[in-house]
Amino acid sequence: MLKAKDKEARRGNLITFAIVLVLTLVTMVLENVMSPGSLLFTVIKKGAVYSLVAVSMNLLNGFTGLFSLGQAGFMLLGAYAYAIFMIPDAARDSVYYLFEGSSIHFSFQEMFQHLFGATGFGGGVSLVLGVLVAIIFAGLIAAFFAYLIGLPVLRLKSDYLAIATLGFAEILRAIFQWQTLGKVTNGANILKGYPTFADFNITNASGKVLFRLSAVVPILLAGICIFLIVLLINSSYGRAFKAIRDDEIAAEAMGVNLAKHKSLSFVISSFFAGVSGALFAMFATTVQAKVFTSAMTYEILLIVVIGGIGSVSGSCIASFLYIACSEWWLRFLDNEAYIGAFKVPLLRNGFRMVVFSIIIMIVVLFFRKGIMGERELPDLFRKRPKKAKKNVVEEGKADE
Amino acid sequence: MSETILKIEDLQVHYGGIEAVKGISFDVQEGQIVTLIGSNGAGKSSTLRTISGLVKPSGGKITFHGEDITGKDPTQIVTQGVTLVPEGRRIFPDMTVLENLKIGAYLRKDDLSEDLEWVYSLFPRLKERSWQAGGTLSGGEQQMLAVGRALMSRPKLLMMDEPSLGLAPLVVRDIFSIIQEINKQGVTILLIEQNANMALKIADVGYVLETGRITLTGSGEELLTNDAVRAAYLGA
Repeated sequence: MLKAKDKEARRGNLITFAIVLVLTLVTMVLENVMSPGSLLFTVIKKGAVYSLVAVSMNLLNGFTGLFSLGQAGFMLLGAYAYAIFMIPDAARDSVYYLFEGSSIHFSFQEMFQHLFGATGFGGGVSLVLGVLVAIIFAGLIAAFFAYLIGLPVLRLKSDYLAIATLGFAEILRAIFQWQTLGKVTNGANILKGYPTFADFNITNASGKVLFRLSAVVPILLAGICIFLIVLLINSSYGRAFKAIRDDEIAAEAMGVNLAKHKSLSFVISSFFAGVSGALFAMFATTVQAKVFTSAMTYEILLIVVIGGIGSVSGSCIASFLYIACSEWWLRFLDNEAYIGAFKVPLLRNGFRMVVFSIIIMIVVLFFRKGIMGERELPDLFRKRPKKAKKNVVEEGKADE
Repeated sequence: MSETILKIEDLQVHYGGIEAVKGISFDVQEGQIVTLIGSNGAGKSSTLRTISGLVKPSGGKITFHGEDITGKDPTQIVTQGVTLVPEGRRIFPDMTVLENLKIGAYLRKDDLSEDLEWVYSLFPRLKERSWQAGGTLSGGEQQMLAVGRALMSRPKLLMMDEPSLGLAPLVVRDIFSIIQEINKQGVTILLIEQNANMALKIADVGYVLETGRITLTGSGEELLTNDAVRAAYLGA
């Protein structure tokens, strides 16, 4: 019986993998066929970035049961770490002009350019390696701060933990806007000029784009990270996390070291929040601390809740839907519109947010467990003998 | 014949200013079923929680297999071979039965299949339900799962906190016969119960706890026939 279950699980996983692969390829084709300015690609890029940060939040909130609201703070750390160490030296003076240049003269991309050259194929290799190393570095910075802040904060529970982490994120935002640190963070001004997703488009010598990859790259990067998180959740560590979520005392009685595992989950979640911060920097093309407000964390929390707390695929689906609604599908509500001579009432700037709030209220009222509940996408493709399952449930009830 | 597996000397437990356990001493011999009985607030649960490391004692000494385990972490104590089945079952409701059992063996790195077979042979019901979420099981099945989960850590000493709590009499009888079965297979058992009648019937040694002190000691049968015990706990 166990083997049959394994087979079904594998079948579900394969189908899910195939779907993701097909969607990625479709994105790649569409990007080269359609106008690259289409909002569809904005949604795909931002959706991919938000998927990752939502999944990282779900790892903490949904799988370990730690209600943390520090996500925007760790994204901020990741975004700044990425931007500061990726701006080419030549561009630094113009970016940091208010502070008469930066005190840091190092970028990962240039480090690799010394090895592989700055143009042609070598330039491509340096770009890919530089970005990858910088992204991992961004994650590590976020993880390091998570470890430090976790030491005192993880002793707290539920609401108290949420307040403490929220406060931490706000403090970080204030520190990064502090003018005294301007030589490093550029104060409250924007950081720009570092490689973005558009740099991954393959161009010829004169700069004409031959093949676009800017929408596929974020999907790939976020996809790999989410895959790693899924592996973690399905490992024995993931089981320990779920045990802590379900019942701390029982988990402790079974020998699960609470402090160690909570810290581990917090650090890993923050690592991926940092990575998604770096991806967000690449998406937005500029980094500014004032973007990473608590409202951003609430947005991510909303995605997690809509998708289903404790479902990775739910978080991914919800983030694409959420971004599509906020950036694209509901845009028309903000513009005045006329049907013939008739002016459609209510449509004006800001009305989009009203409709959006109502949709969210409906979702929360009628889909309490979110789109996916605790199920994952592969579960939906399992053949299930419905009648047999029902019988088991009834039998169980009769025993009570 | 048998050697002392667990030795408690002058154990004291405080919660803030409240003294829950006021210096108790007792021994558990290997291969026995030992029971602590007493009314609510007598300090039974506190004693077990302290032995398992969930609560730190304020005084006294706990020795397991000749090694001092006083005040150690639950992780170390479970590794030593002492596992607690907590009061009120406390299974993991959103995890499957199989996952619940695997958490029991969390600290072990070796192959689990043999132990899974053993637990499934003790509780065939769990095998049927291995893919169901723990929370969907009936009360009796949850208790079986809690015991099975603890057995997955391959304990030398299994401590059970009120396994009969909230269960129908027939189910309680099943649970107690399984406790005896587990004991026959070589696991020493320290049991605490309000259901003194059932507990004393299967126990080799019993201790009566009253407001944090041991007031009576004897074999299970002796205590069953003791007038003071009968009056206080058996309602006779």
